Amino acid sequence: MTPKSQRLTLALLALAAIVAAVLLAMSAMKDQAAFFYTPSDAKAQGLPLGKAVRLGGMVQAGSVHRAPDGVTVRFIVTDGKATTPVTFAGITPDLFREKSGVVAEGQFQPDGRFVATNLLAKHDEKYMPPEMAGNMHESRSLEP
Amino acid sequence: MVSMRHRALPKPLPPAGGLKKRGRWASNTDDAPEKPPYSPVIVATLHILANPARFLKIARPLTGIFLGLGIVLIAVAVWAGLTRTPPDYLQGETVRILYIHVPAAWLGMGGWSGIAIASLSLIVWRHPLAQVAGRAIAWPGAVFTALCLATGSIWGRPTWGTWWQWDGRLTSMLLLLFVYLGYIALARADADRGGDGRIPALYGLAGTALLPVIRYSVVWWNTLHQGQSIGLTGSSIDKSLLWPLPIALGGFTFLFAAIVLMRMRTLLAKAKAEARMRRMARA
Repeated sequence: MTPKSQRLTLALLALAAIVAAVLLAMSAMKDQAAFFYTPSDAKAQGLPLGKAVRLGGMVQAGSVHRAPDGVTVRFIVTDGKATTPVTFAGITPDLFREKSGVVAEGQFQPDGRFVATNLLAKHDEKYMPPEMAGNMHESRSLEP
Repeated sequence: MVSMRHRALPKPLPPAGGLKKRGRWASNTDDAPEKPPYSPVIVATLHILANPARFLKIARPLTGIFLGLGIVLIAVAVWAGLTRTPPDYLQGETVRILYIHVPAAWLGMGGWSGIAIASLSLIVWRHPLAQVAGRAIAWPGAVFTALCLATGSIWGRPTWGTWWQWDGRLTSMLLLLFVYLGYIALARADADRGGDGRIPALYGLAGTALLPVIRYSVVWWNTLHQGQSIGLTGSSIDKSLLWPLPIALGGFTFLFAAIVLMRMRTLLAKAKAEARMRRMARA
């Protein structure tokens, strides 16, 4: 084995080891690195009470109710397996709508509800022009 | 100063400076069996002059070609992305930032892949251009990483409702920017002390660990950032919105390559000038 190929083997082994270590660490950190709890996480791991957390999922179709006071909104967050009712008082982001992703910041209540202090809209990886999406979505185009 | 240079110019140029420094590679006996039995001086000359000279001969015309292609393609992509594509059904006009955000992310990560390849060829083959290539890539790579973060933040405000969140994708990309800055500082310090670039190269290889983190952060962790839209099997971006993106990707990549070539030529010219100054100081 020439020194050159020795160096090559060593460097490639080191690189493979680094990448493998990172991938292992990433999968091990899945829970800690998660940006938000999903409703089924909260169900499986028990409600993380008494601390500020984020809850993420889809806004269930037909679940958005705005209270007569004009600022309070109630809706249900679902991940397909479990659901969590959420209340939020404030201005919802433009992209907050039913059947679309949302991340709520706030606290779980002992009764399983989630009281949000802030809402973030989560965009998905689909991009399409308004004509394709149909007229259920109003576009905010600059064109007349 | 000027007259000194004029006096020095007509002399035939011996290998530009650092003979002592580079000589170590040449006399590196562990490489000896693979090399023809040249004297160390000839090997050193080949290392210092032959390759960079050949490189410069190719790099000089390529710089202009890449720069021209880059500017033309970017101009086409800007025109197409601003006027020829429909708005997105949800994001509206803000979707257009995609045509700069995606190339910036691609070049931020691609730049580090380039540094990793340069580091590997420096450590394994002691390639004489690897050190220069790594240093040349680092700055534009860092700039495009910063551009990716800035455009993402500008897009995030209207789309998500926040400028910044510490989610997996955003945080790992910010880390990449810091890793770039660390590499730039380390490589410069190493070069200023006449180092052979091995320490920055080890750092360059180690930093590669971040690339899979960025790539898979949106797959394995739940993040605010959406999953990838463009994969090997297709794209979840509609064709009518997608088509300027490859043009922008090509344009920015050519621009990046042109900047890297310019910086490599500058670094080589600087090294040559410094070596000449040292020789004159000795004479």
